Amino acid sequence: MKKVDIVIIGGGPAGLAAALGAKDAGIENIIILEREQYLGGILNQCIHNGFGLHVFKEELTGPEYAARYEERVKQAKIPYLLNTMVLDITRDKKVMAVNRDGLLEIKAEAVILAMGCRERPRGAINIPGRRPVGIYAAGTAQKFVNIDGFVPGKEVVVLGSGDIGLIMARRMTFEGAAVKAVVELMPYSGGLKRNIVQCLDDFGIPLKLSHTVTQIKGGERLTGVTIARVDENLKPIPGTEEDISCDTLLLSVGLIPDNELSRNAGIALSNITGGPVVDESLQTSVEGIFACGNTLHVHDLVDFVSAESEQAGKNAAEYVRGKRPRPDGGITLSTKGGVRYAVPASIDPGNVSDKIDIRFRVSNVFKNRYVAVYFDDTRLKRHRRLILTPGEMETLTLTKAEFEKYPDARSITIALEE
Amino acid sequence: MYDVAIVGAGVIGASVARELSRYAIKAVVLEKDSDVAMGSSKANSGLVHAGYDPVPGTLKAKYNMLGRQMFDELASQLDFPFKQNGALVIIKNEADLPALERLMVRGVTNGLRNLRIVRNNELHDLEPNLHSDACAAMLAPSAGITSPYEMVIALCENAAQNGTEFMLDCRVEGVSKEEDHFCIQTTRGIVKARIVVNAAGVHSDEINNMLSAHKMTIVPRRGEYCLLDKSEGAMVKHTIFQLPTKMGKGVLVTPTADGNLLLGPTSHDIDDKDDVSTTKDGLDEVLTQSATLLKHLPTSKIITSFSGLRSWHEEDEFIIEEAPDVPGLVNLCGIDSPGLTAAPAIGLTAAEMVVKRLGAVKKDDFEPNRKGIRPFQSMTAEQRKAAIAENPDYGQIICRCESVSKAEIIAALRSPLGVNSLDAIKRRTRAGMGRCQGGFCWMRLLHIVADECGINLMEVTKSGGQSNVLVNPNKSGFAKHTGGPADEKS
Repeated sequence: MKKVDIVIIGGGPAGLAAALGAKDAGIENIIILEREQYLGGILNQCIHNGFGLHVFKEELTGPEYAARYEERVKQAKIPYLLNTMVLDITRDKKVMAVNRDGLLEIKAEAVILAMGCRERPRGAINIPGRRPVGIYAAGTAQKFVNIDGFVPGKEVVVLGSGDIGLIMARRMTFEGAAVKAVVELMPYSGGLKRNIVQCLDDFGIPLKLSHTVTQIKGGERLTGVTIARVDENLKPIPGTEEDISCDTLLLSVGLIPDNELSRNAGIALSNITGGPVVDESLQTSVEGIFACGNTLHVHDLVDFVSAESEQAGKNAAEYVRGKRPRPDGGITLSTKGGVRYAVPASIDPGNVSDKIDIRFRVSNVFKNRYVAVYFDDTRLKRHRRLILTPGEMETLTLTKAEFEKYPDARSITIALEE
Repeated sequence: MYDVAIVGAGVIGASVARELSRYAIKAVVLEKDSDVAMGSSKANSGLVHAGYDPVPGTLKAKYNMLGRQMFDELASQLDFPFKQNGALVIIKNEADLPALERLMVRGVTNGLRNLRIVRNNELHDLEPNLHSDACAAMLAPSAGITSPYEMVIALCENAAQNGTEFMLDCRVEGVSKEEDHFCIQTTRGIVKARIVVNAAGVHSDEINNMLSAHKMTIVPRRGEYCLLDKSEGAMVKHTIFQLPTKMGKGVLVTPTADGNLLLGPTSHDIDDKDDVSTTKDGLDEVLTQSATLLKHLPTSKIITSFSGLRSWHEEDEFIIEEAPDVPGLVNLCGIDSPGLTAAPAIGLTAAEMVVKRLGAVKKDDFEPNRKGIRPFQSMTAEQRKAAIAENPDYGQIICRCESVSKAEIIAALRSPLGVNSLDAIKRRTRAGMGRCQGGFCWMRLLHIVADECGINLMEVTKSGGQSNVLVNPNKSGFAKHTGGPADEKS
């Protein structure tokens, strides 16, 4: 059995940044396990621009962003294995993986989960109708087009206005397909504002809010879908049906943090994010197992994935060197008033060196609200925001000094207020 | 000239073919679709019924009991999944107890000896996730679950390995009776055979009506299902039924042989024999009724939904006989539930009819055993190491949800029936059958199929015919039409 200090599950943006963070913090014996034949993960198929504005202060494409991290990992001589699938992780941090050379058993001092997320399939939203070819998760189709160089169809409807759906509406348009509509169940888009402008508005692609697909038609191939307006309970309104002919239906109906390995290891998962419940060190309920990136919660920008994951790598390194004790309890972090979730779930101020970032998302579109932070019942601070939307991840920072003001606090609450 | 042509490669045609392959005869199976088990046999509950439900004295009762007795040996010879998990028919109202007892009496009359009523605490100890209102149930320990399509594939592969020919994508368009044989017009040309076995499922009335003056009507009775993630597969151990009604056994909840949780089916007569749509009302009905059986229904764990068509005959009875006015036409029609359970016994009876008419003799080299594809997922660590050492393709995982290796995909492509669609691979290996429903593995599968079969990537189909996955190269033209993924790093 191979022994390492830190094993990192996944060589996408989260895994690469975590590895660099760990290495910077002085850990040499690291290994990254990646199931694809290349590092960089999903960024390789994200050939559009808009990456790196926060980390590199310039606008890069996905592959360019990935290449910068890949280069740094190679320069740092951090070992990695490609085409290697992790099959199992145990509570005592044994990792079982497989590749064409055989089974690989690794005993690690710390594990960093960086498996990313996966797309919800058609079945998860139970759209009725036939089961013809031509229905794909948007990211799957993105791989067809951008990695392998083939398009799956010529007339496209996109269900869901998450960022991948928006990006693929534009991508399929570039490939000569007619994108007939992007259909969104909610009264607002789940994607970034800039993507709605640059991917739909600029190409005259209609965004049908408060609509859904109610029927899938076809035999061997998809021939069309029926869409309908939905009421305030998100139920289709009879009489509003509209048939659209298409040979391709792309689904951008949500991302699910990939946590089958975590579940099998007995790691506690959040019902809201689908990712592990973590403390201020991004450590899960199992000591020595850390999580970051889209495995932890679905991010909107890769820049934030990198920042979070680098921190996870540093934390794991400190844990391995015995400098980051597992907290005994800590302050519970909870949310209310339109804040859907916040990560982490608890904070031990003793493990906060100078500041800590708290990431959260809201559950609806809110205008002119304050984001308020309470220590127990006392409001620490609040910031006014013109608009908050579910599609954009929010960050707020708490400093060491702020924690020191409330040494006896038992809970922290993030709330939206009028 | 064939001795016998079997129309339809569902579980009935497959069972007949496998029984007939014991004999020194020339047999062919004609299947309209691109694979076997493409009709009712791929979209049903996968239940091997104990036999308490059919009316005593009927063919349904007789063949249910006979078929059930054959399952253990058949599954072990042919290496398809079969698990005796037992069934519970639950009631939520003491007033239904007499009806439950009548069902038990029916079972006893059919020959079942181990039925019993379980009450309150015992019931909830058996099934902790059962709806708390359930107050009693009849336990039928001999009920089981199988994978219906894997069973059909196993039967067909064993028949093929014993010399039976299979013509896929071969739809029967007409049949006429000549002096001593039948002349069958198909989409793949004329096929001549001395005997026709009509196992055409929902279309079996059409085959009969081409030849016989005794016209028949088969009604497609649609059943819709929802399939849940394997994470929910242990929700119940037994198959959980409601009290049956005249429209069938109602929506049930069962673990599947592969470890998922299955909800369904509905039961609605429709007109179109090809309409395997799901409907909003149907899926709602599945969920509403399932919710009455369980404490908690994790609807967020649904990974897919589907529907299948039962072949219902107006007399609500199996037809297993030579057409009275057409000697040599063996009709196996109206085989709805418990048809899957009955299939091995129906196959035996039909084969006897054919053999008697032909005066055929048994071969001495019949091979009763067939091995399925060895799944990486179910191997121990030691077996995995050995498998990869022998064939590195076992170390290359293609489907992450079900841990299916490249070796299994290639084995499916080289399997006896000569199939290469993604759905055919899925039914043989489970690649694409997990929680992401192919999102991860499809492109990998396309490359393996193209490489292994020596075809262009754009020629690979989801389910045969015109169901090609990729329709055009993209504008950049970097795509390689076969072989590995384009090297975007160069």
